[in-house]
Amino acid sequence: MTLSGAVFGGGFCDAPVESARAFRTAMSALARPGEIGVMGGVHPPAPMSVAAGILVLTLCDPDTGLYLAGDMDTPEVRDWVTFHTGAPLVSANQADFALGRWQALLPLAPYRIGTPEYPDQSATLIAEVAVLEPSGAVLSGPGIRDSALLSVPDVAALRANAAEYPLGLDFFFTCGDRLAGLPRSTRVSEE
Amino acid sequence: MNAYNFAYLDEQTKRMIRRAILKGLAVPGYQVPFASREMPMPYGWGTGGVQVSAAILTPEDRFKVIDQGADDTTNAVSIRKFFERTAGVAVTERTIEASVIQTRHRIPETPLRADQILVYQVPIPEPLRFLEPRETETRKMHSLQEYGLMHVKLYEDISRHGAIATSYAYPVRVAGRYVMDPSPIPKFDNPKLESEAIQLFGAGREQRIYAVPPHTRVVSLDFEDHPFEPTKAEHDCDLCGAADSYLDEVIIDDAGGRMFVCSDADFCRGRREAGQSGAKAGALS
Repeated sequence: MTLSGAVFGGGFCDAPVESARAFRTAMSALARPGEIGVMGGVHPPAPMSVAAGILVLTLCDPDTGLYLAGDMDTPEVRDWVTFHTGAPLVSANQADFALGRWQALLPLAPYRIGTPEYPDQSATLIAEVAVLEPSGAVLSGPGIRDSALLSVPDVAALRANAAEYPLGLDFFFTCGDRLAGLPRSTRVSEE
Repeated sequence: MNAYNFAYLDEQTKRMIRRAILKGLAVPGYQVPFASREMPMPYGWGTGGVQVSAAILTPEDRFKVIDQGADDTTNAVSIRKFFERTAGVAVTERTIEASVIQTRHRIPETPLRADQILVYQVPIPEPLRFLEPRETETRKMHSLQEYGLMHVKLYEDISRHGAIATSYAYPVRVAGRYVMDPSPIPKFDNPKLESEAIQLFGAGREQRIYAVPPHTRVVSLDFEDHPFEPTKAEHDCDLCGAADSYLDEVIIDDAGGRMFVCSDADFCRGRREAGQSGAKAGALS
């Protein structure tokens, strides 16, 4: 197999500092559902968004299985992820992280939701969405003062996920260079 | 500084800690196991807090460290210097100037803001540990929300002392689910656990990380007829006159003389600089 030059580029220039900044943005987004963070500085191969690329670089490494869903599973993406993170590419039911468009990530049933003793042993889904803005579904729960609005892709599926609490999946929604977090602790409703 | 990676820890370790922090925030109050590293300081000196701080610090941060409320004790000074040297961050002793505050056993009196992060050093993360020594059992108790034993302990306090005598590390219930040890902060500080800031807890020797996101409901366990009471010494600060801050009792001579001073050194100094003074402020200067 030959690798094109694009595989080696597009990552962090100064990984310790850039990943630290990226993590703070991601942490703040997950701690405050509804907050939309902005990230930049990397150039992942299409169709991966900038924000999704940064999350993968910041959180994935040889210890974490990554599932590439649907049209995210291209040779370019596989090579880029493997070169920059060393994360093993696995199937959905073994994944610590899953990356893809929301529709491609579905159904949610195969992903690990943790065990009653170890609810942390659950997957984190990085879902690429076409729209990410503070409107639409109503969020409440830890990290939210009263309520917050976020354009989530599928209220029913996220509500079912929250009903499993403290088990369940945690989500990052990415759109271009922006991201939002949605932990399992967030209650999601329409209206 | 070039002899170390940014913020001392290697990148793979920081990623592991960061993943644990995210899971901790997703399940508030639940103790996430993590592969704690040996740090260049002994267990019990804040290795858990130091590892959490190393994983979250950015070069733009301004870092503050307190030990029992004070910025100038050995533990606080050495941790502050450690990150000054290994992460190149600016440091401060002022609560309002800090973006990341690492703490041992206190929450600052000044309310924290949304752009601040509080990192706790935790000795024993498991609130049920002194009631049930087996980790396998306490895991099961948390999974089943089997917290009756904790209420029995608090009840035994009442039957023996007439009141709940637990005065620090007072157990709380987070977001209506997990019972959590808030680290050995005085129970006076428990109401401040409901905060605008992200709160992260690191236990190095016990290899656990847990978290409380902003605006999360944190309830101190109690009984209807014995409601939770945050207590402090019934006195005003002898230096700044504050009636609403947590106080340390200090012995000042060999004849039994004593004074009460704010445990939060920055809070006390700020009040004195603003012109406030207490009963013994003149005697010491």
